[in-house]
Amino acid sequence: MPAVVRCRTAVCLLGRFPALAGVDLDASTGEIVLLSGANGAGKTTLLRLLAGLVPLYSGEATVLGHDLAVDRKSARRDLALVGHETFCYDDLTVRENLRFAARAADRDDADAETALERLGLARQADVVHRRLSMGQRRRLAVAVALSRDPLLLLLDEPHAGLDAEGREFLDDVVRAAPSEGRTVLLASHELDHARALATREVVITAGQAHLETTRLEAVAEPDDSTDRGVA
Amino acid sequence: MTLWREVRLVAGKDLRIEARTRVTAQQIVPFGLIVLLLFAFALDPDRGILRRVAPGLFWVTVLLAALLAVSRSFGIEADNGARDGLRLSGLDGPALFLGKGAAIAVQLLALEVVLAATVVLVYGIELNTLVPLILATLAATVGVAATGTLYGVLAAGVRVRETLVPVLLLPVVAPVLLGATRAWEAAIDGIPSDAWPWVALLGVFALLFTAIGMLAFGPLLEEA
Repeated sequence: MPAVVRCRTAVCLLGRFPALAGVDLDASTGEIVLLSGANGAGKTTLLRLLAGLVPLYSGEATVLGHDLAVDRKSARRDLALVGHETFCYDDLTVRENLRFAARAADRDDADAETALERLGLARQADVVHRRLSMGQRRRLAVAVALSRDPLLLLLDEPHAGLDAEGREFLDDVVRAAPSEGRTVLLASHELDHARALATREVVITAGQAHLETTRLEAVAEPDDSTDRGVA
Repeated sequence: MTLWREVRLVAGKDLRIEARTRVTAQQIVPFGLIVLLLFAFALDPDRGILRRVAPGLFWVTVLLAALLAVSRSFGIEADNGARDGLRLSGLDGPALFLGKGAAIAVQLLALEVVLAATVVLVYGIELNTLVPLILATLAATVGVAATGTLYGVLAAGVRVRETLVPVLLLPVVAPVLLGATRAWEAAIDGIPSDAWPWVALLGVFALLFTAIGMLAFGPLLEEA
């Protein structure tokens, strides 16, 4: 399968601090890769590097065929990042935020409406962002990402702040990703839950992706997560 | 997506937010009116002076109000990581620059209409030659919006953005203040031939900073 993400000894600096200290990582089309690791290990920086938000200091990083050392912007139309913030405008409604994101990525309003339905936000469609609860904002962030119909979905702690219903919506999106031709990189501390979704796990420690990368058996139902060990 | 579709998308987004929050209508326009009225109170004993300096007072007021509009334009990108969202959107730098600049220009034009009416009514001046006056106003507005957008993104990632933008922007727009004031004086005096060189200066300024902004906005946004 074609490589969607390829990193070789990728180094990122935050100020003078090496937030990534030589990451090796590969992800192919349709994979769901779990990035695990302690706080400050570099998971968020890795996702921001792949989204082109932080520069590559040294090493190699290629996303969707674009070399990030040369061009950090070209891959952005075909990827989406769900980060710690929603990237939305407080004074636009849910639908307006979705349509703006979809149109910016050259998608149409139908993509925005589909994302609205998939994340269960139809009832909040005309509510402005500032009036949404934390959980609704998290759902909207995922919906914004989906409205762009990305080839690469970068999820940074996407389950945080979501209620049970929101988690189900999100899990459905992640599970459906391979069949929709999407690759997912998922950073999470909720390992049991995330391992049930992932096809592979990469452990990030002190800014490095360790080679004890493990291949999980298959995408499974969340309830089976406790039974799913490392293969 | 074409450049102009992207420009309309960005400008539409900013103007929709403005229409919903009414910051220009409820804060920036009243601020401009208060400044003009304070000048009138200060200079009221001599209406002759007020008439003579009216163009300068008008444009100083517009520039001060423009600082608020620029600050607001980049303030909405500061919440919820919206600036990162804009970077991730895939929209091109020139389109972002023109879109945000166009939204600021539209708000400034609305402000200028209200302030011009106030100057006519309160300061007692007559606008005799409208064509150069309108062209000078349009060119000056584009120039202020372009420089404001450029320096707004330059300061976007800085914590002291609100105080840094005026320090950076006001010296740069001094030619706009000079040119627009002189053009308005000529128009008020009914001597259009005196206005045209200043209109040309304003046009060159607007084109220059629009071109610089289209080139620089994207890289500056990446570093913000």
